[in-house]
This record gives sequence, C-alpha cells and structure tokens, in this order.
Amino acid sequence: MSSSHTPGETGAERPAEAAAVATAHAPEPATRQTAPPRPAGFGPVAWLRWGWRTLTSMRTALILLFLLAVASVPGSIFPQRGVSPEKVAEYFRDSPALAEWLDRLSLFDVFQAPWYAAIYLLLFVSLLGCVLPRTATLVRELRRRPPAAPRNLSRLPRHAAFQGEAEVAELAAELRRKGFRVATGRDWVAGEKGYLREVGNLLFHFALLGILFAVGVGAVYGYRGNVLVVEGEGFANTVAVYDRFQPGRLVTADSLAPFSFTLKDFRATYQTEGERQGQALDYVARLAVTDRPGAPERDYELRVNEPLEVDGTLTYLLNHGYAPVVKVTDGEGQVAFEGPVPCLPVDQRTLTSECVIKVPDARPQQLGFLARFLPSTASAQGGGYVSVFPAAINPTVQIWAFSGDLGLDDGVPQSVYQLDTDGLKPLVMQSDPLQPGQSLTLPDGAGTIAFTGVREWITLQITYDPGRLPALVSAVVATVALVLSLVIRRRRVWIRVSRADGPATIEVGGLARTEGNVSFTEEFDEIVSTLRGRFAVASDTARPDGGRTKE
Amino acid sequence: MGNQVNTGLAQLSDQLILVTVLLYLGAMIGYALELAFGRPRGQAPARRTREPVAVGAGAAGRAETDTAQETGDAGETGAAVPYAPWAATVGRVAVAVSWLGWAANLAGIVTRGVSAGRWPWGNMYEFTVAICFAAVTTFLVLGLRQRIRFLGAFVMVAAVLGLGFAVRYLYVQAGPVVPALNSYWLALHVGAAIIASGLFFLAGVTGVLYLVRRPGAVRLPDRRTLERVMHRAIVLAFPIWTFAVIAGALWADRAWGRYWGWDPKEVWSFITWLAYAAYLHAYATAGWRGTRSVIIQLVACGCLLFNLVGVNLFFGSLHSYADIPG
Repeated sequence: MSSSHTPGETGAERPAEAAAVATAHAPEPATRQTAPPRPAGFGPVAWLRWGWRTLTSMRTALILLFLLAVASVPGSIFPQRGVSPEKVAEYFRDSPALAEWLDRLSLFDVFQAPWYAAIYLLLFVSLLGCVLPRTATLVRELRRRPPAAPRNLSRLPRHAAFQGEAEVAELAAELRRKGFRVATGRDWVAGEKGYLREVGNLLFHFALLGILFAVGVGAVYGYRGNVLVVEGEGFANTVAVYDRFQPGRLVTADSLAPFSFTLKDFRATYQTEGERQGQALDYVARLAVTDRPGAPERDYELRVNEPLEVDGTLTYLLNHGYAPVVKVTDGEGQVAFEGPVPCLPVDQRTLTSECVIKVPDARPQQLGFLARFLPSTASAQGGGYVSVFPAAINPTVQIWAFSGDLGLDDGVPQSVYQLDTDGLKPLVMQSDPLQPGQSLTLPDGAGTIAFTGVREWITLQITYDPGRLPALVSAVVATVALVLSLVIRRRRVWIRVSRADGPATIEVGGLARTEGNVSFTEEFDEIVSTLRGRFAVASDTARPDGGRTKE
Repeated sequence: MGNQVNTGLAQLSDQLILVTVLLYLGAMIGYALELAFGRPRGQAPARRTREPVAVGAGAAGRAETDTAQETGDAGETGAAVPYAPWAATVGRVAVAVSWLGWAANLAGIVTRGVSAGRWPWGNMYEFTVAICFAAVTTFLVLGLRQRIRFLGAFVMVAAVLGLGFAVRYLYVQAGPVVPALNSYWLALHVGAAIIASGLFFLAGVTGVLYLVRRPGAVRLPDRRTLERVMHRAIVLAFPIWTFAVIAGALWADRAWGRYWGWDPKEVWSFITWLAYAAYLHAYATAGWRGTRSVIIQLVACGCLLFNLVGVNLFFGSLHSYADIPG
C-alpha cells in the first residue's frame, strides 16, 4: 500500500473521533465501504488495489452472499450423488442426454462443484479482507484511550447538564464503576463501552471460517460406510465388509477403528390400533460390542437417535427388514444353500418384502428363487394373500422357482436383490404361502426349498468424522458471538466540568454508535441521574432539556 | 411408550383450534376497523367541539415518540382526516379478543401434546399451528410495550390463513411420532425454528407495509417506525434461526450419522440463513438501507416460507416426516 494518492483514499480511515461526532445516525461507521471509485489511468498496482477494494467491498460481499444462495438452489432441485445416488442413476436411465449435460455442469454434485467452491472461496476471501483490517482497528482501539471530549457536548444526540460540584477523578471513578473504559483530561472525562459488539462480530466471521475448516477436515480424514447385518451375525470394522464405503482422500485401511460387534437381536414396536395402526414406535438393536481386539465384550442397545460410539467412530441404525431363513436341497440330495436371505420391503406400512435366492451350487442345474415375504399373512378379499401388519405375527413365504444358468460366472456384476429370469426355466409360479417349518418340493426332481425360520436384518451407517468437534465448537462460538454482536452496542459518554463563578456546571453528553438508540436513552438517563444524585448541588435548578433526545 | 392417545383431549384440541380461528378472525375485523376509521397517526385527538375537523394533522412521515409530542405537533400542516371516535375502542377490544384467541391457541397446542404424550410439533399440522401461535405471541408481547396495533389486522390475516390452511389441508389425528422424531431434539430444533419463523413472518408483514406505505396513507405509522419494528424482529430472530439450524445439525449427527448432508430442507434453511444475513449486512451499509434492504428481507421471508411448505411438498427429503394427508 505505498502509492497513497489513489482517489477514494480519504474516506477509508476516518479518524474515529470525527466519525463519532459527525455521524449521529449513520450505521456502523466505516465498517466496509460501498464500491470504491474506479481508478482512471493508473498502473497495475492501482488496479490491483482497486480489485482488492472491490472484492472486499460490502456490495461485492452482498452479491456473493446472494450468488451462494442462488447457487444452492439446484442442489435441492436435482438429486445429489452424496445424498441419493440411486436417484441420480435413475435420472441417467430416464433422460440420459439431459443427465449428461447436467453432470457436465456438476449439477448432481452442486456442493462439490468448482463453480460453487469459487463462490464460497471468493466470499471467504472477501470476508477475510474485511475482517482482518477490522481486527487490527479493534486492537488499536483497545490500546488507545477513549477519545477526548468534543468541544460542544450539547451537539451530541444525548445531552444533559446540571449544577454540581465534582472532581474529574470522582466522575471518572463513577463511569468506571459502570463498566466504561475511561480517559480524563483537565476538565473532562471520556468513557467508552461495548467493545464486545465488534469482538462478537469479528469472532462470528472467524467462526464461519472455522466451520469451513472443520468440513474440510471431515471430507479429507473422515469416512462413511453402510452395511447390512442379520440377527445373530457379526460385523468387524474393515473396508472389505462394507456394502458401500466412501472414504475421505487421506483415509487408509489402517485408519479404521478396529471394533466389532454381534447383532444379538432386533426388536421393532408398532402401534397396534387406531388410525396409525402399524406405525413404528421404537426400534432397538441389542449389540455385543468389542471395542478393540482383546477388549471385554459389552452390551449396547442401539436406537435411532442413540448411535454407538467407539473411539470417535459412530454406528447408526438406519433401516430394518426381514430375512427368512431357507434351506435349499438340490436334485442330488445335497444341501446347496442354507441361511437367512435379506428381503427388501416393498411396502413400509405392512413390511411386505421381496427377496431373491440364488443357488449356484445346486446340481444338476443351478436354482434361482424369487420370494415374497408376508410378516402378518391374511387372506385378501379377492383371493390371494396380503400382509396386514408389519410385525412377524403370522409370517409366510411365497416362492417362484427357476432352474438354469444364473449367469454368475459371466463376469458381469449382478445385484443380489435381482434375478434375471430370461433364459431360466420356470418351475413353480407363486406357491401357496409356506409357514415356518414347511417346505416345497420342486417339480422334475430339481430339489426342495424349506422355510425354516425368520430373522430380522438392520442396515447400519458407520461414520468417522474428525471435523465434528471443531464444527461444533465453531458453531457454538458463532452463535454466541452473533448474539453479542447484535445485542451489544458501542457507546460513549463524556462529562465536562466547567467552572465559572459560583457552582460548577456538569455537562454530560452521550453517543451510541449504532442504530436504534432506545435502550441507550435509558442507560444515559440512568447515568445522568446517578451523577446528579451524587454530585448535584442542593440549589441546583435542573435544566429543562435534561436528557432530551435529538433525532 | 406413550402410544395411547387420549381421544377426548385430542378432540378438545381440535375444537380449541377452531375457536382460535374464530377469535383471530374477530380480532382481525376489529383491527381492520380501527385502521380504516381510526385517528390517523400524528393527528391530535378531536376536541369535543362542534367542529371536530378543525384540528390539524401532523406532517406525514414525522417520527412521533409520545402523545405529548403529537399534540404539540398538531396543527402544523395539512388538513385533518375525519375519523370515528369509536375506532380506538374497537382496537382495544380487538386486542382483548386476540389475547382470548391466543389463550385458546395455547390450550389447543397443550391439549394436543398431552393427548399424544409428546411435544406438540411432530407433523406439518402441529408445526403450522405452532408457528401461527409464535407470530401472534410476538405481536401481542411487543404490543404490550410498543404501539404496533396497526400491525394487528395483517398479523391476524396471516394467522387465520395459516391456521385455516393447517386445519383444511394438513390435519392429521393426534398420535405418536415415528422413532426418529422421538427425541428431545424435537423440542429444541423445531421449537427454535417455530419461534424464529414466527418472528420472521412478523417482520415480513411489516416489510410489506413498509413498501406500500406512501406519505398519504396516514393511518399507518411512518416508514422509520416500520423499519424499526421489522429490524428488531429480525435481529431477535436471526440468532434463534441460527440456533435452530445448528440444533438441527446436532440432531442430524445423532440420528443420520452426519451433521450436514445437503438434504433439501438443509439446503433451504441455509439459503434462508444466507438471505437474512444479506439483509443484516445491507441494513448496516449506507445506501442499502431502506427499500433495498426491505426487499432483501422479503426475499428471505419467501425462502423461509418455501422451506416450511414447499420443500415438504415438492422434494423428497429426509424431513418428510411431515405426515401430510394425501
């Protein structure tokens, strides 16, 4: 900042005294300037300076705030990869050409998009460009004495005078008792109060930077994974067991906390009567947790709002469903499959679920099954069966059976929840409902399938985010600082003792540097009445304009 | 478990809300009558002479701080506007009726909560009723200390519309909430959102009045008063909104495994927050104060409204607990 004759320089650093007296109801004095004038025919330094000024001006900050708000909107209109990847995939299926263009514009990852980052980084630079100089100003102000009393106190917005007798030191002590920072002169006292407003304001903006930092830390060092666990089965926190795993850039396999647990059982409670019959009331998953290899096992009841925490890694209960246990015996009499099969709910109110059983080990031919699971089976009016309640009161399974090459050896990845029945030979189409313990014999000597029991599964999300705590601290600081900056106002009070012959005149003037001086009026009146009470001389005839308000 | 709904209480709650609507409607008419026929601001009360019109009106746009000043200013300029002496009485009755409606509103919310055995803002219907309650509460409490009766008609219109919409389109029977909502965070997060929304809507109503205020319409207070009321409400509401968002993040951290995930509701509460932050910055900047900052404020209020209603209706969101009847 060496070339100092740029136009527009003069308004930048107004002396605080002049500002204080001159601007009775100007807003925050010289916090940010409105747009600076453009330099005319200056060199690169002047242009740089103009650019910096423009970037840090309030108008630019406002525009950036608006841009950020507008740029966030598409993030709520288009499905986002981070929130619902399956909907993004659906978009690509339904309108591939449009989706490709949207993707090119990062509209499926708005909040990771370069143009989004550009806006908020510019905003934060602009913010720094404003907040840092203001911090320096505040530090200077805190080290400086409150400004001397102006010559004519009666020109201040608040003014009172009375006849009294007081030493400057006594008056100063009185102001100090009321929490003012005080400076004194030969015949005057100056007091200033409310620095916490600016402290709060600056702290708030720094806390926003803190939140940005915390989010960044979480994105780099954190990870998130989803996994499905069936009752009786276990989970050990390693990358391989996750169904879906989203690591941050610097996450390695070693950085996963080595805990494990077994799902002992899961219980859901439902509303049994009334209009909301079947609505879930509570979910409890009982876990046996081992915090680290060799540590003693402990029990934990996992609920929706009560995640399991192990060394900063949190495990959340996300969803649940049924896994009928089936046993498939193939045509050669061998048990080709035995175990629970997780079914996906197709109706949340009744938990009617569908599942796929693939038995590639069956001989002589591979077997594939579609199954429909009804937790509370009842006969439907028009024939057939439906589920009437989500709890497993009368669980049954209906089977569709197929034989043939399941195509698992083609190398094309398949979903475990889908069975491609093209090219398969249908054996059974929708059997009667099997109850636990019942089995179905397949035609052509292809084997049998038995429904042996019901278990429940839960899906879990396991999250590690080292940015959580910094984010929380920043958010709390931001809120507290925000309240300080909005509630507290900076105000100054001056007292002058003028001695002519007879008793001295004590004049008090006051000024609040921010808008809406209603509460300052009260405070000022209170100060004046205290001073009057202590120092006024008995013969005092109070001036009629005591505490008058000048708008 | 608290899943036994007390049907008698639930019905009482429904009836209380209907009573509330009627009382607010009555209060609205009272406020409107006062606004239409009352003594213009800045005009001295008519002396009981044969020529009630002979009293001068205060200059429009002048700041009046107390009645003494008003009387002093009377007769300075302009012609007097004729007014009905009974209007002030009607205004006072309207305030009393509002308080009655407020009590019915409160009782309706409490009985609803007791009947279901939980915090009474678990679905869209209860949420909307609570926001109307918050807005009316703010108006009435501010009215204890400040002369803002002029706002009454507009606040009541908004409250009646809100309650009517809730009863007609959003109503569901009292009952338990899904497990995810079964948390004390419901009280904190949604409670803060309700209070902040009530204040923001009050500011929004005042902002609209600010824009329609012309020097001629003397029954409304001048723009400076309107701006002050509006700014106060926002200054109060903004930290509460900030807290509501942060409490939401804390709850999301407990329930969904992340404190911020750009769910549509989160996106729009962020947009709303940005817009109100823009208003506060505009207000503190010379050259942006006045009409410009009011327009920003109204845009922000629109974002808030969209977040409360639009997001639940148009987007699939994790916040779609709202339980809106099909």
